[in-house]
Amino acid sequence: MRTKLILLFGLFIVSPSLLAGVNIQHWTTDNGARVYFVAAPELPMVDLQIIFDAGAARDKDKAGTAVLTNGLLAEGAGDLNANQISERFDELGARFGYDAQRDMANLTLRSLSDDKVLNPALDTMALVLSQPTFPKEAFERERKRMLIGLEQRKQSPGALADEAFYKAVFKSHPYAVMPSGYEDTVGSLTLDDLKAFYKHYYVASNAVIAIVGDLDRSEAEQVAATIVAQLPQGTPAEKLPDVANLNDQEIIKLDHPSTQTHILLGQPGMKRGDPDYYALYVGNHILGGSGLVARLSNEIREKRGLAYSSYSYFLPMRKDGPFQIGLQTRNDQAEEALSVVRETLKTFIENGPTAEEINASIKNITGGFPLRISSNKKILGYIGMIGFYDLPLDYLDTFNEKIQAVSAADIQDAFKRRVNPDTMVTILVGQQ
Amino acid sequence: MLNKHIKNSDINFITNNPLKERDPMSRCRPWTTAAWLALFSVSLFGCAAGPAPQPTATNSETATAKNAQSNAGETQNETATNPRVHEFRLDNGMKVLVKQDTRAPVVVSQVWYKAGSSYEQNGTTGVAHVLEHMMFKGTDKYGPNEFSRIISENGGSENAFTGQDYTAYFQQLEKSRLPIAMELEADRMANLNLSAEEFAKEIQVVMEERRMRTDDKPQSKAYEMFTATAYTNSPYSHPIIGWMNDLQNMTVEDAQKWYNDWYAPNNATLVVVGDVDPQQVLTLAREHYGKIPPGKVPAIKPQQEVEQNGIRRIVVKEPAQLPYLLMGYKVPVVKTAENDWEPYALEMLAHVLDGSDSSRFNKELIRGKAMAASIGAGYDLFSRMDELFLFDATPAQGYTVDDMEKEIRAQIERLKMELVTDQELERIKNQVVASKIYEQDSIFYQAMQMGTLETVGLDWRLMDDFVERFRAVTAEQVRQVAQKYLVDERLTVAVLDPQPINPKSIASNHGGAPHAH
Repeated sequence: MRTKLILLFGLFIVSPSLLAGVNIQHWTTDNGARVYFVAAPELPMVDLQIIFDAGAARDKDKAGTAVLTNGLLAEGAGDLNANQISERFDELGARFGYDAQRDMANLTLRSLSDDKVLNPALDTMALVLSQPTFPKEAFERERKRMLIGLEQRKQSPGALADEAFYKAVFKSHPYAVMPSGYEDTVGSLTLDDLKAFYKHYYVASNAVIAIVGDLDRSEAEQVAATIVAQLPQGTPAEKLPDVANLNDQEIIKLDHPSTQTHILLGQPGMKRGDPDYYALYVGNHILGGSGLVARLSNEIREKRGLAYSSYSYFLPMRKDGPFQIGLQTRNDQAEEALSVVRETLKTFIENGPTAEEINASIKNITGGFPLRISSNKKILGYIGMIGFYDLPLDYLDTFNEKIQAVSAADIQDAFKRRVNPDTMVTILVGQQ
Repeated sequence: MLNKHIKNSDINFITNNPLKERDPMSRCRPWTTAAWLALFSVSLFGCAAGPAPQPTATNSETATAKNAQSNAGETQNETATNPRVHEFRLDNGMKVLVKQDTRAPVVVSQVWYKAGSSYEQNGTTGVAHVLEHMMFKGTDKYGPNEFSRIISENGGSENAFTGQDYTAYFQQLEKSRLPIAMELEADRMANLNLSAEEFAKEIQVVMEERRMRTDDKPQSKAYEMFTATAYTNSPYSHPIIGWMNDLQNMTVEDAQKWYNDWYAPNNATLVVVGDVDPQQVLTLAREHYGKIPPGKVPAIKPQQEVEQNGIRRIVVKEPAQLPYLLMGYKVPVVKTAENDWEPYALEMLAHVLDGSDSSRFNKELIRGKAMAASIGAGYDLFSRMDELFLFDATPAQGYTVDDMEKEIRAQIERLKMELVTDQELERIKNQVVASKIYEQDSIFYQAMQMGTLETVGLDWRLMDDFVERFRAVTAEQVRQVAQKYLVDERLTVAVLDPQPINPKSIASNHGGAPHAH
């Protein structure tokens, strides 16, 4: 999920004036869409993202619905067919995109800010968003392509591990679903399913609009209004259930004719706005979130040469997203690697981080802040997230002090309460 | 466009296509090559607009204004969308390119070496990339992994990547930390400490990387075999990561020799983009890199690919669910082309077929006939040596790889017979012009472009010339390159023939019959 990429946050301590660069303006459109805007006059372009709470967590027993609905919007809208829609964007040099994961369903647009380009691009996007025609032929074709995608999943040990991981960690919770669905669910989807899903979730009050670009406030208001003008107000999506903690250890081994075994360990982690967010975030940075200097990489890769990639992350979502540790290693080393991971995790939880580690991590997180907001695209990702997850507008402004306030004791306490190696899911895919 | 993802089908590039394998591990150190080729090729959808700069000789350590204007004029000429590039050369031969971009208080620093997998000898394939890994293993002054630790403590992110034509190292930092990156990078250019102990561990890491990227990915395996078949004597024939047998038999001495041969300031380009003062960057570069003596860099042989004279076909059997087709035609690139418009016409041809939602493959084969589940065309025109113009496809349910080949050939025939329409050309050109603005949103990307062009033996100014040259391509030129290059004499075809994945079904299925699709 893309949201993983925006996990890293920190506040820059050297140059606080920089924060003026992320001056987030917020308002709500007449029909209830929440808008987050950052003016960026340096380049003559505009980035726009509209996020609906219409991800695969809304699929219920029809896995694949959110992804297919999202993917069919640009297959026909108003009196335009798919070819005409794509030509309209392309001839303007505008880039239209879409995707759906578990929490979010997105539509994105990157366009020059010149009115003669931006206005027709916005009109086309608004049309796609509010008057999709869901042609039957496109539905059948895209559904078949999804089924082919599922075949591809079967030939990838990483994808098989991922699927097993979500199923075992989230069990009956909606997050257990694979957004791209399963053969039986995708095979039995109907056009009516998609139309009903669209009607229910693609409504203004279930939408967040993020805009970054060469616009002033009134122009941005106009842009936001245009995009959702023809959407009904509707109602926000129903609340998702809480994620249950795991009670038992579970080890799942899947046979696959690969040279490596893909190993995943994990459990439900934390959500956006979680009271333990900062402690778990900094703690994970030390454990496995800071690349080659993290403990896991040091133990697995630097000391033993067991894997190219070893990592851990929390993926905070609307509800508790996963905490995951992962690596891939030659089949005959799988047991060794697994025991190093278990030992590393256990030691970390029992003893917590060292003062040196915590100091280094806080320096990295805070010192790297300017990099995280150094482009319009990155800022767009942040404000979209802040909006979608109802985080406070001063989230960035206060982040620095919250990171710096995290102590070794906080991390140890949070990990002890929230991460339990005795009730984790372990997935191994390879030749056992 | 396709080139990029078949080269590394595990690159985490953005696509709506459910069929492209993705790799969530892109943050780990050695991003392959084609992640960046991917970036770069996307970039071909746009390189800088603005007035064409004048070439100037740069044989001294003096800033050389590229716009052939007075300093005052240059200052006036600078805008956010057309920042000036400053070019310097240190006394030891190291080239320095600096582009000022003041949008954010950050900087990216990259050092590019003219030493990629195409510089390798048979028997030690993969050594360029292995050395890249070893560059993080310490110097006389700093211990193993200290480089990464120091950059991290300074809030930076760093990595390195190896391609066919280059190896490059980079750091991204808040702007005041640039001297730290320079000090460390210069240190390992001259003082790398290659220990047998560290090598023994790291070569294992590289083999794990190979397993992850290639051995366990059927499409990547097929691509590797395809490339090895298409090229006869060109060093592009072997994989960047190297053959497993070569990795298994590689020694620390091989890595040491590679380092001694190629890691010298006169074989390197420093590219800095960000909120920096070019003169201060030059001062820093002199201080850190300037003191490294130039090395004796080996001369490389041309190894120009022999003429093919006939179609080549292979079948690759791998445990897989889906069949997959690869087709490649040998074509010239900007660096090698006799007619300098031809690579741009080939690039245009690639965009006609693929690259946006309104291109022909998407319109006619994904939608339209709905025969392909995925299909692509692509080409890297900025490589050092002749390349392949690539096609790949996965058939939709009810169709075969033979159908895919027929459809691709029919598309090619049409390009040879009919002129591409004005609307198509106009649409593609508009996209390229817009992309020129969009790419200014990433300083990393801008640095990538300059570094690549410089290192494959072209000129960073092509970054600015690209749009101009691309826009000049005519429909007739597209037809001409199709007729001249997309011919059987130059073609190699590979088919992935899927074998059963489930070991139990292997036991009960003696024929190993491929899945029908």
